[in-house]
Amino acid sequence: MTAIMTQGAGRGTFARGIHPEEYKHYAEGAAIEVLPTPAEVRIPLLQHLGAPCQGVVATKAPVKVGDLIGEPGGFVSAPVHASVDGVAGRPGAVTLPNGRHVTAIPVKADAEQALTGRALFDAFYGGDWPGEGELKGYEPQAIADVALQSGLTGLGGATFPTHIKLKRNPEKPIDTLLINGCECEPFLTADYRLMLEAASCVVTGALLAQQATGAKDLILCVEDNKRDAAEALAKAAEGTSAKVLIVRTKYPQGGEKQLIIAALNRVVPMGGLPLDVGVVVMNVGTAAALAGAVARQRPLTHRIVTVTGGGVAKPKNLLAPIGASYNDLIAFCGGMTDQAARVISGGPMMGFTVGNLNSPITKGTSGITIMTGAEVAKASETACVRCGRCVDVCPLNLVPSKLAMASRMENLDVARQYHILACMECGCCAYACPASLPLVQLMRMGKALVNRADRG
Amino acid sequence: MAKQDAPEAKGKTETAGVTIHVAPSPHLSDTTFTTRRMMLDVLIGLTPAMLVAVYIFRVHALIQIGSCVAFCALAEFMFTTLRGKKVTLGDGSAVVTGVILGMSLPWSAPWYTAAIGSFVGMGLGKVVFGGLGFNIFNPAMVGRAFIMLSFAKVLGAPAYVDADSTVDVLTQATPLTAAKNWATAVVGAPETVAPDQLDFMRLFLGNTNGSIGEVSALALLLGGIYLCWRRSASWEIPAGVGLAVVVCAGLANVLGLSPILPHLHLAGGALMLGAFFIATDPVTSPLTPKGKFLFGLGVGALIVLLRLFSSYPEGVMFAVLIMNALAPLINQWTIPKPVGGPMPVKK
Repeated sequence: MTAIMTQGAGRGTFARGIHPEEYKHYAEGAAIEVLPTPAEVRIPLLQHLGAPCQGVVATKAPVKVGDLIGEPGGFVSAPVHASVDGVAGRPGAVTLPNGRHVTAIPVKADAEQALTGRALFDAFYGGDWPGEGELKGYEPQAIADVALQSGLTGLGGATFPTHIKLKRNPEKPIDTLLINGCECEPFLTADYRLMLEAASCVVTGALLAQQATGAKDLILCVEDNKRDAAEALAKAAEGTSAKVLIVRTKYPQGGEKQLIIAALNRVVPMGGLPLDVGVVVMNVGTAAALAGAVARQRPLTHRIVTVTGGGVAKPKNLLAPIGASYNDLIAFCGGMTDQAARVISGGPMMGFTVGNLNSPITKGTSGITIMTGAEVAKASETACVRCGRCVDVCPLNLVPSKLAMASRMENLDVARQYHILACMECGCCAYACPASLPLVQLMRMGKALVNRADRG
Repeated sequence: MAKQDAPEAKGKTETAGVTIHVAPSPHLSDTTFTTRRMMLDVLIGLTPAMLVAVYIFRVHALIQIGSCVAFCALAEFMFTTLRGKKVTLGDGSAVVTGVILGMSLPWSAPWYTAAIGSFVGMGLGKVVFGGLGFNIFNPAMVGRAFIMLSFAKVLGAPAYVDADSTVDVLTQATPLTAAKNWATAVVGAPETVAPDQLDFMRLFLGNTNGSIGEVSALALLLGGIYLCWRRSASWEIPAGVGLAVVVCAGLANVLGLSPILPHLHLAGGALMLGAFFIATDPVTSPLTPKGKFLFGLGVGALIVLLRLFSSYPEGVMFAVLIMNALAPLINQWTIPKPVGGPMPVKK
């Protein structure tokens, strides 16, 4: 077994941040199950950061899992593929939880599916994976190309197209690839289960990404509340150049800029990307998807989604086709309990609430967190007493209370002076605020006002 | 039951008996720490000092603190109602102001001074600025300053002394008054011995005369450490005060300006009360840790300056008020740099 490092070039943590109750107990013990094929999936043509896809499938055309149905609409874009065997329908509009109205192509599933149940899981994650020596045979550029053709995007939530990260940039060489297995959002356990149950697949994908980027070092980062996952990865990484690093359990440890500080003690310049400091960060789920895409020619058609929280009858981790509805997944988990109060796409810190449970899940849906009234309860809003708790926890070293007040008063000069555009909306300030102020909401409003004013 | 006919989301969605809501993130909050809890922490932190006060000043302490709390609550209720705002007594801030004002008064201060101090503190010190969170000056100190300037006798040195009292400490002048007299006497007659009120252990334990809440440095230190440990007060402020007092008082002593050593400054008068409970009022102190430390340094330096060179024996109140006025400026100086530097301006 590869030794697990507890100390890298960084201190294993970043300054400030919070440690909310983890709530991982709901679903951490639930092995990944395969969602029975839903009657219909609706596959949005915009599931990533960047330009929407162009639909390329005719209405009523038969499609198989993995068939291309949407072509990328630009460099920063990623194609989408059919996720069930069936018949394509007429494109229609859907509203995603983040509020965007996008076109989606429905696919009515055939009664007979080529792969279901355990066979589907094994096709993606199971079986043997090529060793490091074999992987050396892949051309770096070819790996990036496959990532593009397979529609890979970051599966941690931000959905940045993966091929852009993998493409070599002669001006900005990459020396370190960090594989992000932190999963710092409370409740979510999808990445954890993946690391436990498909460690070899994750390591293979990580080695492929290393090959593509030309990174000298490959470090798999896991928070210290998931030591068994770190051990699984270390076992799978035996005999390879990959290293496993334990970092402190803390939110937002999984934010890529925070992770780079914790693991490498490097600071990404504001407005820049990790590649500016010679680093690429990739989520464990993305690494696993890259392994499937390159070694098994499987485009990104399915992902692991945690359905969890006090508001769902049987919390589970599901392998689900992209485009299945929130209702499909929730129903398979026994439906909602009477205490359910809020359905969240993603985790509770940065996730969006879902108003329409018929919306489809997308590549970025890491979880469905159904919280109870008690779990979302917060004290009623009082005046800001400027206690500075928000300053104590802001991972970016901002002054949230000042920014929120400036936003409320629409005082854009003060908002700019206190660097409002640097805010990444992680929610630490609002979590910690004793006055229960809607700090993140005010911050978003202020950012929008400043951006609008800057555009003139 | 999870099947539903998808009405468009308008705030909430009905799902066969379950109502789900939409709301902006984050969906978790730390419910163990609220504004109210913060105010409760201050009261818990003040408890040891209040117990010492009751032990030394007996019923006078209870009357003084009790009447200030009652008048402050009444004043806040009246003024917020006058402004047509929601009454926010529940947040506990008026009670905290009342307790601190009461603890900063001499045992002999008559009831009407407590009332005037409370009304001025809450009215001019807090509500006119818009209530909790918007005031520039510490309300308790505004109220106390008003009494001190309007009723000089009530807060003057003689007010603390009762020659006929059965309580021993009340027959003596306050330590800081004694210190002031001693410092003056030493100039003419260097052999004058220090008054016995300036015994460090007496000051530290609280076996001295003074304002109700300030006598025991030990009790205040215990409560203050609790407050900082709970992080309901920022340790940077008392740390700054302490450092500045030690440096300034030490320097003054070395330069022959004052015979009083730094540790007596720290243990004497309202210093501990001011450093841990008054200067740390979050509303009227700076926002960032660095700003708070600077603020504390300023308070400490001003206390020593006022104690040594002003005509008053004590300087905590004015030091805090002056630094309150400077807090916005300190905020301007200490805008933190974001991790990764400021956002580059888009061309």
